Amino acid sequence: MTVLPRISVQDAPFDLGAESAALTAGREDVGGVASFVGLCRADDGLQALVLEHYPGMTERAIAGIAAEACARWPLSGCTVVHRVGRIHPGEPIVLVLTASAHRAAALESCAFLIDWLKTGAPFWKREEFADGRGERWVEAKAEDDAAAARWAARPAAGEGALF
Amino acid sequence: MQVLYFAWVRQKVGVSAEEVSPPPEVSDVAGLMRWLSARSPGHAAAFENARTIRAAVNQEFAPPDHAVSPGDEVAFFPPVTGG
Repeated sequence: MTVLPRISVQDAPFDLGAESAALTAGREDVGGVASFVGLCRADDGLQALVLEHYPGMTERAIAGIAAEACARWPLSGCTVVHRVGRIHPGEPIVLVLTASAHRAAALESCAFLIDWLKTGAPFWKREEFADGRGERWVEAKAEDDAAAARWAARPAAGEGALF
Repeated sequence: MQVLYFAWVRQKVGVSAEEVSPPPEVSDVAGLMRWLSARSPGHAAAFENARTIRAAVNQEFAPPDHAVSPGDEVAFFPPVTGG
């Protein structure tokens, strides 16, 4: 089946309910929608995160990752929304939605997408702190690389693996 | 050749983009980094530890031995931290 993923890089917040409804509107073949919403945590007195990206490459990179998800799992729909700019604790940063006839494909592809978004798309987070501590760029984490790498060796649900 | 900088690489270099014309012997990403390092103290500081820098050529991630040519769009940045 041909799925055209919806990809958006935007300043504005997103509406999980509306995005999810758009994946299932008018359809009777969708058995489940998996979602991941990444939020800004107030770690260590964080006042705001400022997300920078590489316009053009960002959309291409996400489209490539989404296309791979659609090739590996039998998805009926897929949405990735990633915010950029200044985001405060408690606010959403990223949304991944995957829809499929069956739960395993939806859940696994959703995890695949967020793992790869962390390591394969050109975003950078800068942390801003209150009380004069200034700012600091978030460093890439080895566990994020490991989380993304596990998908290279793992068969997809659509290929008959048990979830 | 258009060179773009992001995150702390941009802050250290001092500009987000510049048009450069490296000599023909600058043929890959690693060579371009070395050549750019000589442009200013800011460039030198940004590229001081090459292992902390990632690159893209024409909007695709590229390793240090990836070829670069006139007309390419080459970007330098820290490891990505999205999601």
